[in-house]
Amino acid sequence: MAMLHTVNKSPFERNTFDSCIAMAKSGSSVLLIEDGVIASLKGTSVSDKVSKAMENVTFYVLGPDLNARGMTDDQIIDGIKVVDYEGFVDLTAEHENVQAWL
Amino acid sequence: MSEPWEDEVEGPVKKFMFVNRKSPYGTVYALESLEVVLITAAFDQDVSLVFSDDGVFQIKKGQSTDGIGMKNFSPTYRALEGYDVEKLYVDKESMEERGLTQDDLLVDVEILSRAELADLMDEQDVVLSF
Repeated sequence: MAMLHTVNKSPFERNTFDSCIAMAKSGSSVLLIEDGVIASLKGTSVSDKVSKAMENVTFYVLGPDLNARGMTDDQIIDGIKVVDYEGFVDLTAEHENVQAWL
Repeated sequence: MSEPWEDEVEGPVKKFMFVNRKSPYGTVYALESLEVVLITAAFDQDVSLVFSDDGVFQIKKGQSTDGIGMKNFSPTYRALEGYDVEKLYVDKESMEERGLTQDDLLVDVEILSRAELADLMDEQDVVLSF
């Protein structure tokens, strides 16, 4: 069963995102939360890296954290699914294990 | 009779620069910086704010914090003018790396290159980093 990875740091500030995708196995999921939501933005200098990672891993982003930082669903990379807190709980329940990258 | 602390005392005015480099809400740095900026302005000091790296997200338009149960303090940046804090600078490269333009920002700012920001930083008496 697949693992859910959560990333809560900006890809511009820490290497947490890189470490996560380097170890996320094909078929696993990554949920971007807190400052990690910055990775979901379209048209940034890291968005190509995110798109590439999406070939093997399903990406989710926590909507409330996105909106707090002034970003809307239409500003994120196509294919990243927006979830709310209930969706976060569902993802946690659906995956066998959760790895919270800090 | 006026109290001693009400007397207008002409103290020294120093040039303070606040360097904001972190996204809001994920850490408390952005809010703390704003607090110190307001305190510094209350002492009639010469205040400059720089937004660089993820700090540019602090002044991103359309912040809505209802979903995370935190106070949206972004309107405060628009009120800074009322405290005579009018020198707001944004690092051009940081903005571009994040796919942002001036239209995405909620306050009027001057957009500078890193070389120009370096010169500005060099002129300061005090530089505080958040």
